[in-house]
Amino acid sequence: MGKVVFWQGNRAIAMGAIAAGIRFFAGYPITPSSEIAEILSAELPKVGGTFIQMEDEIGSMAAAIGASTAGLKSMTATSGPGFSLKQENLGFAIIAEIPVVVVDVQRGGPSTGTPTKPMQGDFMQARWGTHGGFPLIAISPSTVRECYDFTIEASNLAERFRSPVVILSDEVVGHMRERVELPNESEIKVINRKKPTVPPEKYLPYLADPEDDVPPMAAYGEGYCFHMTGLTHNEWGFPTNDPEKIEAMNLRLLRKFEKGKNLLTRYSTFEVEDAEILIVAFGCVARSAMRAVREARKEGYKVGLFRPIIVWPFPDEPLREIASSVKAVIVPEMNIGLMVREVERAVAGRCPVYSLTRLDSDILTPSQIVEKIKEVA
Amino acid sequence: MPRENIMRFIRTRFFPHIFCPGCGHGIAVHAMLRAIDSLGYNPQDIMVTSGIGCSGRIPGYINANTLHTTHGRSLAFATGVKLAKPNLKIIAVMGDGDCAAIGGNHFIHAARRNIDITAIVLNNYIYGMTGGQVSPTTPHGAKATTAPYGFIEQQFDLCKLASAAGAVYVARTTVYHVAQVERYIRKAIQKKGFAFVEVVSPCPTQFGRRNKIGDAVKMMQWLKENSIPLSKAKRMSPEELENKIVIGEFADRDAPEYTELYGELRNRIRGEGA
Repeated sequence: MGKVVFWQGNRAIAMGAIAAGIRFFAGYPITPSSEIAEILSAELPKVGGTFIQMEDEIGSMAAAIGASTAGLKSMTATSGPGFSLKQENLGFAIIAEIPVVVVDVQRGGPSTGTPTKPMQGDFMQARWGTHGGFPLIAISPSTVRECYDFTIEASNLAERFRSPVVILSDEVVGHMRERVELPNESEIKVINRKKPTVPPEKYLPYLADPEDDVPPMAAYGEGYCFHMTGLTHNEWGFPTNDPEKIEAMNLRLLRKFEKGKNLLTRYSTFEVEDAEILIVAFGCVARSAMRAVREARKEGYKVGLFRPIIVWPFPDEPLREIASSVKAVIVPEMNIGLMVREVERAVAGRCPVYSLTRLDSDILTPSQIVEKIKEVA
Repeated sequence: MPRENIMRFIRTRFFPHIFCPGCGHGIAVHAMLRAIDSLGYNPQDIMVTSGIGCSGRIPGYINANTLHTTHGRSLAFATGVKLAKPNLKIIAVMGDGDCAAIGGNHFIHAARRNIDITAIVLNNYIYGMTGGQVSPTTPHGAKATTAPYGFIEQQFDLCKLASAAGAVYVARTTVYHVAQVERYIRKAIQKKGFAFVEVVSPCPTQFGRRNKIGDAVKMMQWLKENSIPLSKAKRMSPEELENKIVIGEFADRDAPEYTELYGELRNRIRGEGA
């Protein structure tokens, strides 16, 4: 067992970033994410890293990507409205294939909404917020320990897939404090991006390894002179209008996630073996749902919980398999009913899917979920 | 044809380039490469970032570390690169809209922060690549596709803006004054801190034609005839200076540079400093 701490979720994300080897953070203050910037402004220089408070959210995202192109593991953090401003450059990171971690500590929306209260309204924004419709990775913690672990995992996935990775946290998880047993340093696995093995004059920045469809990534300032652009490009990184090249690049962006599917399918289950009713919940609501399962079981209802951990790509197949053996699925979430659409798509008619939402900016309680279980059963 | 030592900075592999006949950007780029070469840099020492539009396409043709970013964000990306690799000599290329419209916030704050970046704006008074819409530097009264009756807004003076925001070196010239372009860029690169060079570059296709200035040659004459050296401009009235291009050095001073300050802070925190 490692050190025992009493940490806030946002602190766990900041310290997880340090443990992951993230050495650059650019941010702009926004509730309820600001503690991440505040803590990293103190911690990064201690480990030789760099913190900068940029002039706005767009600049923060740009600087984080810039630092990553120059070889540093890099992160930014924000909340809903700020996440919206980052979306254009999130698309840049997708097409230029730049590893970067973007934390979104969700708050109530739309717009300025309720900054100090929780909602889960950015579930779709995380996946579809940027233009173009191409995939990225999003991971959602429910506990403070997970904030730590998943930040390391987010960084690892970003490096492995040369992709932006979103940490979809929320105000409850970000601000609550928990006793956390940190892992020993020896238990922490850190992945670094694949570097080119060819000499500089032979390097093509977008020539992918056929095995995983991820191109090795040189860093600016290390002797390799190469070009990167947000325009659709060929293997040289040079803009192209050749339909064949355009299609090849676009298909490869999809294929690298297909090929890495086993690394991108992460979920947890609780009491699903004999379940007749399945709850599907993520983030802070998964905590209420776990309690609801326990309480409903005491009253004789056979209920289980399925929690998507990597929420994008959505864990379609494992969910579909479990849904095939239950009578109903309930999706409690603190938004107008966003994840329920993904669940319906994954379940594909194998059983009825019920939505349970709460929009008054208070957390969905276990008793609300138990009530819904009784209604459906 | 550029000299051989300049050619090592050019990716001829990607030719033909996309610039229109008569565009001034090639002259500015060539001057920039001569400045880089004269200072003894090699391609791997230099990083060129850009935003969007005609100027955004410049880094692709330059053999160096090159990054073509999103509209207006050249300086914000460059800030991240510079902080990650302080030894790189960073040149951020921008268009006038890039720099002063969508990127205005990054521009003033990079200047205020005094981060060691050479910012070059290729000002052609127009959005060229998107079809000739107005920019913040379009002269009052000029025509554009989004100002068919003449532009009623006031023109932005980017050098005054850069200087007021804290840039340690600020200069303006035109591609007609080609030796000056090279000299100012050389000084900007040598300057530690945020250095800004505005190069007025003709766009015969979108600006010259629409405003009846004429073709590429006529636009060069127009640059020559309308340019006033700063020393002379100081003795002229605002009315006399209307629609003139004031060229010269607007600021040249020293101030603490951001990446150095951060390095010192880091050393202090880690107890390795003085």
